[in-house]
Amino acid sequence: MTEPTNFFSQAPYAPDLAERFPDLHPPLSRSAALTEANRCLYCFDAPCTAACPTHIDVPRFIKKIASGNLEGSAKTILDANILGASCSRACPVDVLCEGACVMHRYNKQPIEIARLQRFAMDELHESGAPLPFVPGVETGKSVALIGGGPASLACAAELRRRGVRAEIYDARPLPGGLNTYGVAEYKLPLAESLREIDLLAQLGVEFHFNTPVDVAMLAELEAKHDAIFLGVGLGAIHQLGIAGESLPGVNNALDYIADYKSGKLTSAPKRVAVIGAGNTAIDAANASVRLGAIEVHMIYRRGPDQMSAFAFEYEHAKQEGVKFLWHVQPVAIHGNGTVEALELARLEATSDGSLVVQPGTNFELSLDMVILAVGQSTHTNFLQDGKVKLERGHILIDRITGQTSHPKYFAGGDCTNGGREVVDAVADGKRAGIGIAAWLEGQNANA
Amino acid sequence: MPTLETTFAGIPCMNPFWLASAPPTNCGEQIMRAFDAGWGGAVWKTIGEPITNVSSRYSSIDWNGQRMMGLNNIELISDRPIEVNLREISEVKRRYPKHVVIASLMVESNRQAWHDIVQRAEDAGADGLELNFGCPHGMSERGMGAAVGQVPEYCGQITEWVKEKARTPVIVKMTPNISDIRMPARAAKLGGADALSAINTINSITGIDLNTLEPRPNVDGKSSHGGYCGPAVKPIALNMVQQIMSDKQSALPMSAIGGIGSWQDAAEFILLGAGTVQVCTAVMHYGYRIVEDMSDGLLAWMRKMGFETLDDFRGVTLPKVTDWKHLNLNYKIVARIHEDLCIGCELCYTACWDGAHQCIHLDRAMAEPNISRTPAMVTAESLGRISSTPIAKLDLNGAGELGAQRTPLARIPRVDEHECVGCNLCSLVCPVPDCITMERIDNDIPSETWDERMSTGTVKAAAHSGKKH
Repeated sequence: MTEPTNFFSQAPYAPDLAERFPDLHPPLSRSAALTEANRCLYCFDAPCTAACPTHIDVPRFIKKIASGNLEGSAKTILDANILGASCSRACPVDVLCEGACVMHRYNKQPIEIARLQRFAMDELHESGAPLPFVPGVETGKSVALIGGGPASLACAAELRRRGVRAEIYDARPLPGGLNTYGVAEYKLPLAESLREIDLLAQLGVEFHFNTPVDVAMLAELEAKHDAIFLGVGLGAIHQLGIAGESLPGVNNALDYIADYKSGKLTSAPKRVAVIGAGNTAIDAANASVRLGAIEVHMIYRRGPDQMSAFAFEYEHAKQEGVKFLWHVQPVAIHGNGTVEALELARLEATSDGSLVVQPGTNFELSLDMVILAVGQSTHTNFLQDGKVKLERGHILIDRITGQTSHPKYFAGGDCTNGGREVVDAVADGKRAGIGIAAWLEGQNANA
Repeated sequence: MPTLETTFAGIPCMNPFWLASAPPTNCGEQIMRAFDAGWGGAVWKTIGEPITNVSSRYSSIDWNGQRMMGLNNIELISDRPIEVNLREISEVKRRYPKHVVIASLMVESNRQAWHDIVQRAEDAGADGLELNFGCPHGMSERGMGAAVGQVPEYCGQITEWVKEKARTPVIVKMTPNISDIRMPARAAKLGGADALSAINTINSITGIDLNTLEPRPNVDGKSSHGGYCGPAVKPIALNMVQQIMSDKQSALPMSAIGGIGSWQDAAEFILLGAGTVQVCTAVMHYGYRIVEDMSDGLLAWMRKMGFETLDDFRGVTLPKVTDWKHLNLNYKIVARIHEDLCIGCELCYTACWDGAHQCIHLDRAMAEPNISRTPAMVTAESLGRISSTPIAKLDLNGAGELGAQRTPLARIPRVDEHECVGCNLCSLVCPVPDCITMERIDNDIPSETWDERMSTGTVKAAAHSGKKH
């Protein structure tokens, strides 16, 4: 019943992808890594470690690069963060470890922690060495993990290390969730996400693909397993509710990114507009440029100060040639059989912060494609009413253990935090894995 | 305008920077290029009966990504015929009459052999002679080099033989591989030496290849102890130069050697009494061109300090190096951490707790001073804290808390000045210049040394044993 675990070889064939999406942050050579590693001050109680949601012992893994103990370096990273390779590429380190580096206050150049971490992980992968951990002594307990994204993967790793069976159920044909399908290819190539999960599979994590979980199946899993981990992420991208939204040529950012990453989509039309100004919106806009669009606009109701994308993502989009239209709101999508134009209205902010349409300011933007990136809905309808407590669609958890209001259910990642980073999901999953194992042990003791 | 011109044991020198007898002074062509680069003198690679060398010959110690903190060699003296070296000395002196050429010599320990080589070197035009009593490897096994320098009687005897013949100043080069360098130095002085040079290289094994388990430098799977030099040996050299120069029976004009590569190094040796300085490893690493900044930097420092000549500061620091028993026991300093400069690395904290006296604390952001919070408690608290990626809209203070430009108060360590023993360690590990300063506490107690306590009977030597060493 467990499917083959050489996921890396199953990466879809996507010609030209690597050329169109070369690494935004290229790997460090061995000598560059050594020089950079030696620059690290080896802080005590290091702020980079505190800033990392998974608390990777950064000075320790860097010191090991400097000493030539590369195996120990990778182990240090993986011990705290089982998706250390993915996170080294996908993390917004400017606001995490590198943002916290004391070097900002010294010679102004923070240690390149992410690239050093990638170096250590690349070296491990190249060495062909197995994951430096072994499964714990089997306890006979088992956990079903719903969703195969970073939260479930991290949770599963902790469970396996504690001898608990971990079965992941995922609606997609390959594991990794947004880690595989949703991170801009120039940050984290799809194949790299899979390569890392291959290592994880060595711990004996079991996978069930193409298996969406509905109410009935959930009941089945609940009966069969000792605990359930919900790592389902978020749902579909919101609709705008305007005319023309169902025209061919209207896409959503998540599908768009997943399609180009998996080779289903290999080019973009000339003129593209992305609605929204979050990090995913920027990923979609940059991807359109890389895929051949000549004119890419981002459409946002407010100004640059209010956009939810990180400042460095905004800078990156500008470098890619993406144009921004601020204080405008889509009114309708026009087209005869396919998207031809987007009608926009200008907005003005009132004193209370609300936005008011300025009458008579409507204008049209000629277009070939519209990509929606205005946030995701929640994906919790398979949870019967009251099974676990929700707040605005997000699953409420105890942050230390990941336990929900239903003691047998634990949760983590985007479905609990509303949508954050891969590393946040890994941290959630890790805490939940430890939490579940402790809870199961407690159940044993009580029995 | 200050000048670097000086006179060493009667030899006029345009500057105090000499190349030590070593690979950089192997032949005339090299030495002439060195003089063009600005070196004031060169001690010729030791001349004697040509030897056969091995390969490889060097190995080094790297440190934190920097190459050649220390260098080791098992090369012997010149492998070129004596007459070739002497012919080239003549040529160099003809073309560079104002530059100093010293002939380094090593022959078997018999009077006639030394008389002959002295005569030939001086006939070739050498400005002075350096007797190599220091080479620690290979030659010492044949009764030469350090085998002479380690036995004061031999040292004195050969110096006497050389002085019988020599018309130019005779410099005796000392080996550091001895328990008290003053013994051979005194013997050389008694034997009539005009000057000393110190130190030669230190017996060493630089390392072992952890893949092959063979020592370095590798000669067909084996190695031999070699001579250690480079930046790592400078403190040892400074100490030995000071020992000789503070000892009336040893002190002579001193050509200092050992880890010198910068103008600061040169200034320090001169402050301990050196007349000239000799350089090798730094040139082997970076080439002759380094002498430019050695000159330029030393002159700039002299201008700043108001020194016109090297004599103005030569030996000035010597009287300030004394025996421990003459140090003021009532002198008290404490560490001060300047909050505005602190970057929050907490290296001083961990150094003080694990390597010193547990008197730096992380309690500035606590309601009251807390000296019982251990390093393990600090890290446990951090690891127990849940952190997540700040998102501007959701975490309005997220970026502010991480704000990289200001060090959070909780990360700035505090010195318990009452407990601080003034050991300096925190200020040594602090990466930021002037962030931790050691400041004198005026305790109004008059100076008192151990020696004074002993002589006044305040303490008895045998009864006292310090709890910390």
